[in-house]
Amino acid sequence: MVTVKTFPMGGVHPPENKLTADSPIQALDLPDEVSILLGQHIGAPAEPVVQKGDKVKVGTLIGEGKAFISANVHSTVSGTVKRVDEALDAAGFRKPAVVIAVEGDEWEVHIDRSPDLVTEITATPEEIVDRIKTAGIVGMGGAAFPTNVKYMVPEGKQVDTLVINGVECEPYLTADHRLMLEHTDEILVGIEVLRKALRVDRAVIGIELNKPDAIEAMTQSAARFPNIEVYGLKVQYPQGAEKQLIKAILDREVPGGKLPLDVGCVVNNVGTALAAYHDIQKNRPLIDRVVTVTGTSLPNRGNFLIRVGTPFARAIEAAGGMADDVAKVIAGGPMMGKAVPDLNVPVTKGTSGILLLTKAEAEQRETVPCIRCSKCVEVCPVGLEPYLLEKLARVEYWEQSDEHDVLDCIECGSCTYICPSNRPLLDYIKLSKVKVHEMRRASAS
Amino acid sequence: MSQTLVVSGSPHVKSEHTVRSIMWGVVIALLPVFAASALVFGVRAIMAVLVTSAACVATEYVIQRFFLRQQPTVDDGSAVVTGMLLAFNVSIAVPMWQLVVGAVVAIGVAKMAFGGIGTNPFNPALIGRAFMTVSFPVHMNTWAFPREQLVSLGVDRPTGATPLGKIADALELGEPLSAIAAELPSHTELFLGTIGGSMGEVSALAVLIGGAYMLYRRLIPLETPVVFLGTLALITGVFWLFDPESYADPLFHILAGGAMLGSWFMATDMATSPMSRNGRILFAAGCGLLTAVIRLLGGFPEGVTYAILIMNAFVPLIDNKLRPPRFGKGAVS
Amino acid sequence: MNELLIYSALSLGGVAAGFAVVLYVISQRFKVEEDPRIDEVTQMLPGINCGACGFAGCSGLAEALVEAADSGDVSGLSCPPGGSETMKQIGEYFGFEMGSTHKTIAVLRCGGSCSNAPAKTQYQGPSSCAIAHSLYVGINGCPHSCLWLGDCEIACPFDAIVMNPDTGLPEVIPELCTSCGACVRACPRDLFEIRPRGKGKAERRVWINCRNTQPGGVARKNCKVACIGCGKCVRVCNDIVQAISMENNLAYIDPHKCIACGKCVPVCPTNAIMATFEPPKPKQANKETADTQA
Repeated sequence: MVTVKTFPMGGVHPPENKLTADSPIQALDLPDEVSILLGQHIGAPAEPVVQKGDKVKVGTLIGEGKAFISANVHSTVSGTVKRVDEALDAAGFRKPAVVIAVEGDEWEVHIDRSPDLVTEITATPEEIVDRIKTAGIVGMGGAAFPTNVKYMVPEGKQVDTLVINGVECEPYLTADHRLMLEHTDEILVGIEVLRKALRVDRAVIGIELNKPDAIEAMTQSAARFPNIEVYGLKVQYPQGAEKQLIKAILDREVPGGKLPLDVGCVVNNVGTALAAYHDIQKNRPLIDRVVTVTGTSLPNRGNFLIRVGTPFARAIEAAGGMADDVAKVIAGGPMMGKAVPDLNVPVTKGTSGILLLTKAEAEQRETVPCIRCSKCVEVCPVGLEPYLLEKLARVEYWEQSDEHDVLDCIECGSCTYICPSNRPLLDYIKLSKVKVHEMRRASAS
Repeated sequence: MSQTLVVSGSPHVKSEHTVRSIMWGVVIALLPVFAASALVFGVRAIMAVLVTSAACVATEYVIQRFFLRQQPTVDDGSAVVTGMLLAFNVSIAVPMWQLVVGAVVAIGVAKMAFGGIGTNPFNPALIGRAFMTVSFPVHMNTWAFPREQLVSLGVDRPTGATPLGKIADALELGEPLSAIAAELPSHTELFLGTIGGSMGEVSALAVLIGGAYMLYRRLIPLETPVVFLGTLALITGVFWLFDPESYADPLFHILAGGAMLGSWFMATDMATSPMSRNGRILFAAGCGLLTAVIRLLGGFPEGVTYAILIMNAFVPLIDNKLRPPRFGKGAVS
Repeated sequence: MNELLIYSALSLGGVAAGFAVVLYVISQRFKVEEDPRIDEVTQMLPGINCGACGFAGCSGLAEALVEAADSGDVSGLSCPPGGSETMKQIGEYFGFEMGSTHKTIAVLRCGGSCSNAPAKTQYQGPSSCAIAHSLYVGINGCPHSCLWLGDCEIACPFDAIVMNPDTGLPEVIPELCTSCGACVRACPRDLFEIRPRGKGKAERRVWINCRNTQPGGVARKNCKVACIGCGKCVRVCNDIVQAISMENNLAYIDPHKCIACGKCVPVCPTNAIMATFEPPKPKQANKETADTQA
């Protein structure tokens, strides 16, 4: 029996629209060409270590993350480097990338491609953290924070629990759901790997109750792992936000501006746990990920295993192609995802979904004056006052925005979602965050 | 590939709440009160509600169209809400032209002059009512008896004081309540609303039905009416316990007069109530306290209107001082 | 009746007199001595409190001016919108000779209009350049292009900037622009520059109408009139005054060196150089321009 838990304040419940929950993961055919961005993660972009004309295999290192917060990038296909140049990122900016023409599908020899489950963990904690860095593993939930950095616990900080995020509270997305169903044991071994790296005795997994099959599968298999507990969580957005998840499962509150480390936790996504399993047990760097390609207009929507660097257009084609009435293509889920300006944007390590919205679905009502209904205050999971922050941002009162803790905003979008006046609350709050950061930097220097 | 993609900030989905759905939801919630007033006071009550609503809508339209030169937004229903509430807040004895004046003041002065929907510091309907009380004291304090001349449109009908009025008179004359007990309605009569008073204030039952609907649609927070009425009951209860001969019991105070309508429909007005939950609790407690003080100690028999208007003035201060609890501020570690 | 009137008049009058005394005492007690010159100088300033001088409003500048006048040196202080006229007047007031300040104007450095750089996406959201800029690359795919949303128009305290609905771009009205710099601060893409108005009555000035630092091929993909960094203008100018420099695939004309001869304008293959006058048309270059336009 699992216990129902949730975070204490705020939250919304958008229509779940998990259209692809029953679609098994299928591998997407290799594209002709991949554009692998060198900066797919938070932090400094990797530096290219290949040149035009180089032959690469699947798993060959092509970019080295040299800064403290950075990540390695590997070739996700075999073929020839066409150019070390630029490619569009999800916002349409041109960023450094390696473009590879695909020839065959030849893997680096050290990668264990057999499906056998390897449960025995021989690597030491230091080795694990080291190899996570080498394999270029980043947070697979969407933010793409380099995972190894989380595991370098600073002196004086005590970590006692590893929190695994299987919540997937974003509507439409089902990638993690399918992973938990189809790769249950691998994920659990992956969690054991991460647990060992962190040297903690307890790992907890949070899964929203709208995935009963995943909860059951994980609970059953977890019975063999005495240190792993599974918790069913209330279906409430943003249950999967790091701080909300910790509060829901462990009842610990991460103070504003602090990290989970400060309350003795490290949070990782189930996808990250699987990537860790592949890396440590199978020697396989992060080269592909499961992406939910979905939308009401896609007849063959589903969960696709896609090599990083594959253009969105390719995935959309496989799912049924662009219908005429599609207006918006979103990288990620509908609450926090980014609308992309171009279909040639490549899939990155952090792309959890590709969502197509039709004109009708993407249509926005006119913005009308705030009626002070206070719903935005009510739904904010951080306890901010979005209506006030929007007002302050419109008159550019950045100091006051800072005083009202605008930087604590987790950008979950609940306020804009609920606003009956259709005010662009989050747009202005995001702008405030940028400006407040600028202001702080200016006053620091 | 051919179509132009739309780019916008997240989130990309929206809830079904709109200003329109909220305001028309309140209108629906007001229908039971409307029905009750029609049953109690007859055709004239229906007329009055239609007149004030139409006057409010027309005022807002004219101001937006011709003074502000903007696209009129009267279809959002907020003016209709103000109009209905204004009618429910006054006596059936008030002539129609006075109702129109009240509506023009409510929308023109209390709402549009401050910038329109959402920016008015005071509840427009209550400003309208307060304006009429000072301007037309005779008609505003003439209370019709129920179920007399149901179909008459005229105002020449038997009138008298409201139950609260009778108590206030008795207190002033030093008469014990037992002496006028026969003149006072029973709690059941108060609950059903077969009593004298302003049009919407008579039936507590109708207000409760509307309130339940608004709670179900999540149009109002529960804490406001509960704390309002609770505070009112608490303070009147203390007085009643000490001197039941001079003061009415708390249930009487909740059911009589405008406490029900005020606490469910007027103190919960979004634009003029605080944004945080804590703030709303303080606001409602203040409303209850002031209502009790005016009723028990003040010169007026009824105090809901002024209690809410006074508390409206404190809303910016409450919003500034009582903020929602921050996540991470009651930190564990 | 009369008694009542007298009593109320007396009592109210008495209360009023009492308050008047209290107010007078307080105002005398807590009087703040202010240099009367500050007020007078403030009167001479335009009074729009634009902040372009770097002080909080006109009275702030006036205070600084008075202080500076007492120390004997008012150079370094100026009122950009008021210009030399105002400063001359203030100089006379203090008995200083004011050096004439250069008349300047805000110049937009982008040619990404709807026809030159057609929209590739549709932006949905608040009409704010700052927000669109932080959201994505922009409507026409050029990361340096104007976003067509008019933050500059709103920021301009003189209504000297109007968004042209046909091009999508803002236009500076020279008669109204005081070069206060509000648009420079408002534009998230740094498209405005305060440049000298230029020689003569015709205000002859030449500038590179682009901020794109991408390689030429990429820049051209999004915009017909992007600077592609070919360097032709630099070569032409090198023989004259060396006013044009090239950095990151982008040319820049130093307004203080430029003599507004206009010879660089026709050599630009993408028409990325703008001039306020009809540039000379050398035969050879003329043909080239005609080709690109065709």
